[in-house]
Amino acid sequence: MGRYILRRLVQGVITVWFIATATFFAMHNVPGDPLQSDKAVSAEIRANLEARYGLDKPLMEQYFIYLANMAQGDFGISFTQQNREVNDIIAEHFRISAALGILAIAFAALGGILWGALTALYRNRLPDIVIMLLVILGISVPGFVFAGLGQLGVVNLNAALGFTLFPVGGWGTVSHMIVPALVLGLGTMAFLTRLMRSSMLEIANADFLRTARAKGLPANRIFRKHQLRNAILPVVTVLGPSIAAITTGGFVVELVFAIPGLGRYFVQAVQQSDYTVIMGTTVFYGAFLVFMVIVVDIIYGFVDPRVRLE
Amino acid sequence: MAEGAVQAGSRAPLDRGALLQLLGLGLAGVVGLGALLAVLALWTGSGAADGVDAATGTVTLALSEEPPQLDATRTTDQVSGRILGHVMEGLLRYDARNRLVPGVAESWEIGETSASFRLRADAVWSNGEPITAHDFIFAWRKALDPANASQYAFILYPLKNGEAINRGQLPPSALAARADGDRTLVVELERPVPYFAKLLAFPTYFPINETFYRSREGRYAADAEDLLYNGPFTIARWVHGASVRLEKNQRYWNADAIRLNAIDYAYITSDANASLNFYKDGKIAMTGLNSENLRDALQNRWNIRRFTDGSVFFMEFNYREGRLTRNWHLRRAMQLVNDPAELVYKVIKVPGNLPGASLFPVWLKGVRGYFRQEYPAPTTRVNEAEARRHLQLAKEQLGLTEMPPLVMLTGDSDSANKQSEYYQNVFKRRLGLDIKIDRQIFKQRLAKMTSGEFDIVMAGWGPDYDDPMTFGDLFASWNENNRGRYANAELDAAVDTARSSMDPKVRMDAMAEVQRILHEDAVVLVNYERGSVYVANPQLKGVVRRAVGTDPDFTHAWIEAPGQPSDLAATEHPSAEAEGHAGG
Repeated sequence: MGRYILRRLVQGVITVWFIATATFFAMHNVPGDPLQSDKAVSAEIRANLEARYGLDKPLMEQYFIYLANMAQGDFGISFTQQNREVNDIIAEHFRISAALGILAIAFAALGGILWGALTALYRNRLPDIVIMLLVILGISVPGFVFAGLGQLGVVNLNAALGFTLFPVGGWGTVSHMIVPALVLGLGTMAFLTRLMRSSMLEIANADFLRTARAKGLPANRIFRKHQLRNAILPVVTVLGPSIAAITTGGFVVELVFAIPGLGRYFVQAVQQSDYTVIMGTTVFYGAFLVFMVIVVDIIYGFVDPRVRLE
Repeated sequence: MAEGAVQAGSRAPLDRGALLQLLGLGLAGVVGLGALLAVLALWTGSGAADGVDAATGTVTLALSEEPPQLDATRTTDQVSGRILGHVMEGLLRYDARNRLVPGVAESWEIGETSASFRLRADAVWSNGEPITAHDFIFAWRKALDPANASQYAFILYPLKNGEAINRGQLPPSALAARADGDRTLVVELERPVPYFAKLLAFPTYFPINETFYRSREGRYAADAEDLLYNGPFTIARWVHGASVRLEKNQRYWNADAIRLNAIDYAYITSDANASLNFYKDGKIAMTGLNSENLRDALQNRWNIRRFTDGSVFFMEFNYREGRLTRNWHLRRAMQLVNDPAELVYKVIKVPGNLPGASLFPVWLKGVRGYFRQEYPAPTTRVNEAEARRHLQLAKEQLGLTEMPPLVMLTGDSDSANKQSEYYQNVFKRRLGLDIKIDRQIFKQRLAKMTSGEFDIVMAGWGPDYDDPMTFGDLFASWNENNRGRYANAELDAAVDTARSSMDPKVRMDAMAEVQRILHEDAVVLVNYERGSVYVANPQLKGVVRRAVGTDPDFTHAWIEAPGQPSDLAATEHPSAEAEGHAGG
């Protein structure tokens, strides 16, 4: 187990290095750079700016300087937020994205497992049909539509009630988090519902359930201990990447609900060619995703004793 | 094989009992997680205040982005400018009616090549230290220092040796500005600068306290406590990416005239619809509208306000060697089919925009009144036959039988798409001219503009100071912003006259000459003067919208108690309504 974890960690580091390298060269190959601005500057000022940010050096030299700094955990200073370090930006804003993401995934996982189990039990009957229709909606409608509709819904709800039940946006209290987290988790919830449903139905045909029934175990116990527990496995498998995806993919929700998360910085950095923030956020998100996959692989071993790592 | 049996089994009543149990467990899980996150989320508490609060004198608003740079020597963007305009003050400032009035300077004298300023005794920094002439000299040297790499350093070039310092030919200490005691500032100018006073309200001219600046060790302006303030407000709290709260500066010399206690930018979002939702919910006092949510606002029967924001948008041609657009007949042909009124009323369709007629917008002041009234813009009527004749002449001169497609460089916004497609259609339909649209995101577009990879570029220009020169020198051969590299000795000479003569009539005649050349040589095709539409809480009064300077300006705003009769909450730019017809 220890050797397995070590090997996965080394693989993870190589993956992150690859992400950093690919991003670095892709970014420098795009025309335009962070020093371009609306008002043109003279060649002298341009040269001063390049010197200030080290962009006057050859690209390979910049790359090695960059790698050396990254190895020490220093991502440099943002080009657009000129007085802020990329590390500060990540530290301040990721925890907000993370809090939102965790709540969203909690909604998604609980909802997905419960709705999935329900549809499996009521297979081909009304609850199944209604929920599966909603699931198709949830999977196919893009997040920004949910975000817009969710916010409009809150506005109308508050207007109808005459007081603020949920804030329209902003950040700071739990009530600020609920609607955005629901909206953010909706797609994943739909996906998990479908996964849970097919998993439940597959297990319903398993031999060990028939054996359990033949042994005369109480139906409640068979359901909870044997069918449900085994059906959850595939859900747990996708949960890790889902956490990373939700935490990093909340850009639209953060924008609409005016939430100061990291997703916004990630996308704006690309639009603004903010080299240091692009590198910092991409490498950070890459590392986070790799880490979550490793964590899930390890957890998987605990949930299912049959899966022996290595 | 046993499918039927299994299905029947899963529908057994006992399983439903199990399910109910599980649903109970699930609910408990949700509640548990909710409680856990409630504990996790207690790190900041921001109450949801209302858009306007008459009792506390607080107005709540949204910003489109985090202010990127609050170091006045290096700032370039509008959001930072808006914050700085409320928390800092230069030698002069604009009042509610856009007149230049005393700021830190209580009196001044501006001669041909020198100027002196007497600073008021009661002007102090937010830490109580008096503002001295040294604070201005320090800030100006900083802004011109090549190591500071300020992109707005050029606005200080009128100061003697300013340009040489910025180009690294002289040390910053060579700046011809000196303190005569703490309260007198004497500067020498490079040449006569007829609009010098108008530059002094610009952020790059704001003072900085040297001791404080050094004490921050490179973190100056990084956070609320890393700035020293001297304006009507201070930044009381700045949560990065989330909010910026300004509160009244009790030490401001004119604090008695400030009626608002706080301006709370409580939300940061660039999404116009989200912003409108905040407004609908009563959480913010003002929001801009775009062509889509304008309909929504109309349905709600809100009082929609508009003003000309000062920017002019145009198509710029490339004059570099080898470009077809160097040919006058080709440009003239395109000029002859360009109909800005059609663009504004049929394509853009947002009230407040004016069809473009001249690079000089309608609100600029001339000798006595408005420049465009004193010097009406030469106009061209759409004439397809004449245009085709010019296109034929262009082909003959260029030795072409068929005109190859021209590359039109444009941005990637919805409005840029709409406009470039409109022009593609117009040039094809009316001239048979093919246009290839090159759509680029912001920085990429700027890079291509700088390197000259275009035939035509959709561009725009916003004013820096309140003088026709802020537009007039745009196509001078030495101007870096002249992206097409247009060079015309006649135009250069006119710009030179206008920027050094102290006689307003001579200057404006020269500017009118620039206006004539731009039209006759078909240097640019002006599309429109941008208008802005917005809604504001009727209780909010005295907000100033303007083309040059802090916009919107809440310095002299106040909140009326609810229920009082109201008609106008914002003082609009005086030219916006009065001159609305002039561009047509």
